[in-house]
Amino acid sequence: MEAQSVLKQALCYHCGDELSLSKISYDEKKFCCIGCRNVYQFLSENNMCNYYAYNDNPGTRIAELGHFEYLDEPAITRQLIDYSDQENTIVTFYIPAIHCSSCIWLLEHLYKVNQAIFNSRIDFLKKQVTISFKHQQISLRRVVEILAGIGYEPLISLQDVVKEKSNSVNKSLILKIAVAGFCMGNVMLFAFPEYFGLSELEKNFQHLFGWLNLAFCIPVTFYCARDYFKSAITSLKHGMINLDTPLALIIAVLFIRTTIAAIFNTPSFADTLTGLVFLLLMGKWVKQRTYHHISFDRDYRSYFPIAINVLKEGKEKPTPIHEIVMGDRLLIRNGELIPADSILLKGEAWLDMGFVTGESDPQQKVLGEIVYAGGRQIGEAIELEVVKPASQSYLTGLWNKENYKVSTKTTNFNDSVAKVFTIAVFVIAFSAASYWYYLNDSIKAWSAFTSVIIVACPCVIALSTPFTLSAILSVFDKKDFYVKNTDAVEQLATFDTIVFDKTGTLTSTEQANIHFTAKLTAYEETLVASLLYQSSHPLSRQVLKTLKIKTILETEHFEEVPGKGLKAMIDGIEVYAGSKRMMPFNIDSAENGGVHIVINNEYKGCYAVEQQWRKNLNQLIHKLQHEFKLALLSGDTNKDEQYLKLIFDEKVQMLFNQTPHEKLNAIKQKQFQGEKVMMLGDGLNDAGALKQSDFGIAVTDNINNFTPGCDAILKGDSLHYLPNFIQLSKDGLKTIKVCFAIALIYNCVGLFFAVQGTLYPLVAAVLMPISTITIISFTSVATRYFARKNNLI
Amino acid sequence: MSILYFLIGCSILMALIFLLAFFWSLKNGQHDDVHTPGIRILFDDDVTEEKSDKDHISQ
Repeated sequence: MEAQSVLKQALCYHCGDELSLSKISYDEKKFCCIGCRNVYQFLSENNMCNYYAYNDNPGTRIAELGHFEYLDEPAITRQLIDYSDQENTIVTFYIPAIHCSSCIWLLEHLYKVNQAIFNSRIDFLKKQVTISFKHQQISLRRVVEILAGIGYEPLISLQDVVKEKSNSVNKSLILKIAVAGFCMGNVMLFAFPEYFGLSELEKNFQHLFGWLNLAFCIPVTFYCARDYFKSAITSLKHGMINLDTPLALIIAVLFIRTTIAAIFNTPSFADTLTGLVFLLLMGKWVKQRTYHHISFDRDYRSYFPIAINVLKEGKEKPTPIHEIVMGDRLLIRNGELIPADSILLKGEAWLDMGFVTGESDPQQKVLGEIVYAGGRQIGEAIELEVVKPASQSYLTGLWNKENYKVSTKTTNFNDSVAKVFTIAVFVIAFSAASYWYYLNDSIKAWSAFTSVIIVACPCVIALSTPFTLSAILSVFDKKDFYVKNTDAVEQLATFDTIVFDKTGTLTSTEQANIHFTAKLTAYEETLVASLLYQSSHPLSRQVLKTLKIKTILETEHFEEVPGKGLKAMIDGIEVYAGSKRMMPFNIDSAENGGVHIVINNEYKGCYAVEQQWRKNLNQLIHKLQHEFKLALLSGDTNKDEQYLKLIFDEKVQMLFNQTPHEKLNAIKQKQFQGEKVMMLGDGLNDAGALKQSDFGIAVTDNINNFTPGCDAILKGDSLHYLPNFIQLSKDGLKTIKVCFAIALIYNCVGLFFAVQGTLYPLVAAVLMPISTITIISFTSVATRYFARKNNLI
Repeated sequence: MSILYFLIGCSILMALIFLLAFFWSLKNGQHDDVHTPGIRILFDDDVTEEKSDKDHISQ
């Protein structure tokens, strides 16, 4: 217990980071940085320390606060607000930082901070908070600033994630399931006496039961099963047969026979009809399961801010991105993104084009040069003149190309089987009917014809696919592999080529090795540590962690230039740390990035950040090489080619210095050669290629980070499971085929009765649920077995 | 035995009421978020400032 409490002491009370050298404390609690302390102070002043009672170190470290001036513009805020009347406004934000019960507590007690916020509700899984406030007393901007100030900055982007998601909830399907379940339960109740044979007394009720059953079948057929009829009619119009065609036919036949049974007071098929529709809808529901917290359809709009500062007559005015026109003058501050292709007019531009090219070192631009959208300015504020609106920029052009997929979508197993199946059923039904008609038994002919169609129900096929694939989906998601939907799981089994991006995909962005190119004395290390200690830049903190210095010295004349570096006088010695352009004189070093150190006007070396290859990369590539054709597309220089040659086979195609458009074209060319391509990439620079490929997987270290539109999102730590994932989806298809075989056996038994025209409704009513239960239990057992075999459970 | 006709009517009526209750709850958004309320109910009522703070330090 004591050891644990000591451990707690060494962590920041707010965010749980290591305390390194800090002596920042408040209320006897220690903090890693001023930001964390300020949050604590703010919360304790507002009587909200319960926040820390529910979890240890629930906070998140606050990066630089954003600018929210644009939230004062009614034109912009109108898009964000859910509802507004004369007094109250309701707004919903997506807040990625929500992660624990303390977050819920804090955000639902915002009224303690400001009375004007009278209600706030969290949806934990969606990471959304709905806030109601009185807009006469508090502005939207102030609300957002309060949220940002306590470490919960909402993500406000051009593509409004919040509104897009709320539409996806399919309530009408749930309503249909409820109605079908209700009717099925009641029909079963009335059909039950019939299962055991009717006594004389019960025969009185049979007529009533028949009509009641028919009454329950009407909503099931015309409301719950409506989509099947619609789908069948559209596909028949196109001269195609999909799985819904035979299903619609069966439902229709069952309904007609139930009606006839009610009129002539004979046993009816109502229980089969309602049960069938209920199960089919359940299958549909299982298939539709989605991830609330992940968006697969993000494009550049969710990366771009919602507004940008435009200079008009010397004044800044926040303007929505889509209203920016050619000739507008933009003001871009440190850390802000350039939203449209423009010409540099004023200031020193150092652009981090990491998202566009994958290149991590910032590039310098000179006055009059064109800067492309997607770059992030590092350093002082610059002024630009727009030459192309945001939607037509070089980068966003990746999304506008309409000739993307040449509809390579394969017809899935279900629909291809459905065709054969339907034809076979019709042949059997007609031959049975004509046989009996030939024997002058027209009643039996009708009975045999309808019975064959009823018994040969492909509902098992309709159910086995969603149940198997969604079981696989949940196995995947336990290993942090999030596939868009069940159709995508099926497609995962059909590739012959895998293309990798390098930076961020094969290397990890979070685990980086820091090493110093030369040697520093212990005293010099102390000097560097004392300087870096003053800075909150992530790189400074990373270097500081590797230094492990216990004491720090007093600094004077400290100066930090954003995005460039630091300098100060320590112990009477001038110390510089930062990028090359911060240094007092030109230095000659092979390293472009990293933290360069100059002490006493002498260049000492550089803390170089080396990206680390993902673990088990060797084995992964080795395994994949046997089965697939591999390729590598990198936007980076070929500095790692030697190392990659060791891992990859000689034949593997490796292309370096690829622009986003070149990547896209490389994929296209492969597809043109008839290959089915799976692409693994990360940032925006792979977005085009991911979209073009037959199956795009976005690799990320944090699921909440920006990922471009794709078919699946894979957490970097699970990359080495890729061969297992592919194998499991192949095994899943095998399972579906076995299910199909089992269903055929049941169908043959049913057909034996059906062709004789002696199918008693009870047989149908028993046969169908039994076969369904067999299939569902078989799929779940088989999926678990295969998942275990592939080391995924 | 004609009482059975009445009982059958009752059973259907009851079932209908439950179905409508479900419709109402669905429309009302009660099934939209089934995770957060489970956490929310565990929060204590507000304790006075000094007390809650000291409690935590003593831990």
